[in-house]
Amino acid sequence: MPFIPHTAEDVREMLAVIGAPSIESLFDEIPANLRTGSLSEVPAGLNEFEVMRLMQARARQDGSPLCFIGAGAYEHHIPAAVWSTVTRGEFYSAYTPYQAEASQGTLQSIYEYQTMLASLTGMEVSNASMYDGATALAEAVLMAVRANRRSKSARVLMPRNLHPHYRAVVAATVGNQGVQLEELPYERSVGHTAPHSLAPFEGQDITALVIAQPNFFGVFEEVDALTDLAHARGAFVIAVVNPISLAVLKPPGLWGQKGANIVVGEGQPLGCPLSSGGPYFGFMSTRMEHVRQMPGRLVGRTLDLDGRPGFTLTLQAREQHIRRAKATSNICTNQGLLMLAATLYLSLLGAEGLERVAALSMQRTEQLAGALTAIPGVRRVFVRPGFHEVALAFDRPLAPVLAALSQRGIEGGFDLSEHYPELGPSLLTCATETKSDEDIDTYARALADVLRAARAA
Amino acid sequence: MSNIPADLTFARSHEWVRRLSDGTMEIGISDHAQHALGDLVFVELPDIGRRLNAGEACAVVESVKAASDVYAPVAGTVMAVNDQLRHTPELINRDPYGGGWLLRLRAESPATDVGLLSAADYGALITEG
Repeated sequence: MPFIPHTAEDVREMLAVIGAPSIESLFDEIPANLRTGSLSEVPAGLNEFEVMRLMQARARQDGSPLCFIGAGAYEHHIPAAVWSTVTRGEFYSAYTPYQAEASQGTLQSIYEYQTMLASLTGMEVSNASMYDGATALAEAVLMAVRANRRSKSARVLMPRNLHPHYRAVVAATVGNQGVQLEELPYERSVGHTAPHSLAPFEGQDITALVIAQPNFFGVFEEVDALTDLAHARGAFVIAVVNPISLAVLKPPGLWGQKGANIVVGEGQPLGCPLSSGGPYFGFMSTRMEHVRQMPGRLVGRTLDLDGRPGFTLTLQAREQHIRRAKATSNICTNQGLLMLAATLYLSLLGAEGLERVAALSMQRTEQLAGALTAIPGVRRVFVRPGFHEVALAFDRPLAPVLAALSQRGIEGGFDLSEHYPELGPSLLTCATETKSDEDIDTYARALADVLRAARAA
Repeated sequence: MSNIPADLTFARSHEWVRRLSDGTMEIGISDHAQHALGDLVFVELPDIGRRLNAGEACAVVESVKAASDVYAPVAGTVMAVNDQLRHTPELINRDPYGGGWLLRLRAESPATDVGLLSAADYGALITEG
């Protein structure tokens, strides 16, 4: 698609047609006190060459460490065919094109993605993807408030062992929309949200319960019991899941007697590189009965006038470009390129390949936990099993330990102390299928050295 | 040419009102409105017992190209909704003044439909429009 900007002449002609004196005058209806002044903090533009230099310098700062940080984004091997296909000219755009039906190939890829995601999560319908896992959860909370007509309270229970960034994004998004978020504590020794933690809410009007499986600590929740308890109280269940884990875990559609109502999560593990934190994509799926409250785009398969199968955007009437202020959500696009990478990744691995990635990742994490807890001063925080991530307690402050490891080219994990001070010096560490015996050995030996040196000092 | 039954009154926002013998008011959208929206695919109806102000959005009619609010032509309480529309919204296209009714209201006072248009005036409005 060529990019053809308006010429000064075009702009003059268009303004003359509508009788506006200037482009600036088109914004007159916005009250002066709501308008921003000068953007003095925004630096001047750079040319292409300067941008390349700047970004290369920043990329060098990352180096290529041996990375054991999970905490919401995970390093997996991505088959080379994924990104060589994604970057083909036919696909290489972040957006669903306007006149979407003219791009049948793009719509078909979205349709395939939706089918895979719905199947993976055990739900009936998936949207075309969202910005990232955290914003997908915020949208799911708003969706639950709209769709759960039995509940009038707009109270949503959020477990404390849900990813702290997700909790912050949800609070920022829904805080001013009349939604009340309440924190559920976790069990200090096992790390999960015990079903009895719902007891204080007995007899109260709760709109939705968020359940993360695995939770932020990598620990498994009792999803069946939690789901049934929530449904018995008239609450919706919003599942937050790692898509790779679904190859070996029960899909949220089968949790408890009735299954989750809405499923969301971060799609990055499916074919998207860590890439200094993004762009990633979020996913969302639900049951048909809630589909009209689901934000985002949907591609459907239909027949054209001649009876030939084709793909089309559907349910657009709920979206912002048509329904304006009353739209279901202000999201009316998807994260097209990353979603395409996920579709290719899932196609190349297949169900069996995905299961092997999940199983090997769990095995590597166990191996890592075993090697690190063999070092004096390091022990497991929680006794409950989990998925490819483990919390480890240390006998001394973590920041200097992590800095020393970093100097040796090892990113040891995510320091839990800031978000969970009650745990003391604790590290969340992760190994996926990308970590070999040698990698784990390198980490364990480096950590033993660093701790020995720290004790001697 | 739009069908505009002479025995109904109309709101400027294209709802029609029929006074039923039990004293309630039946509400739907006009033939002109259903035609402008095109094939309807979904209808969202209010809860029974909900109290509505005149002009308050009380239902949503969604076609393949637009979703529009339906406004209460008079103030009142929702006494009944047309449940058939949940599975066959196309009744509104087929029979907007009969099987395609949306809801029945008990008006707050008998004279609250003042301000509604006669069939002739509504006909003039949509011809201008």
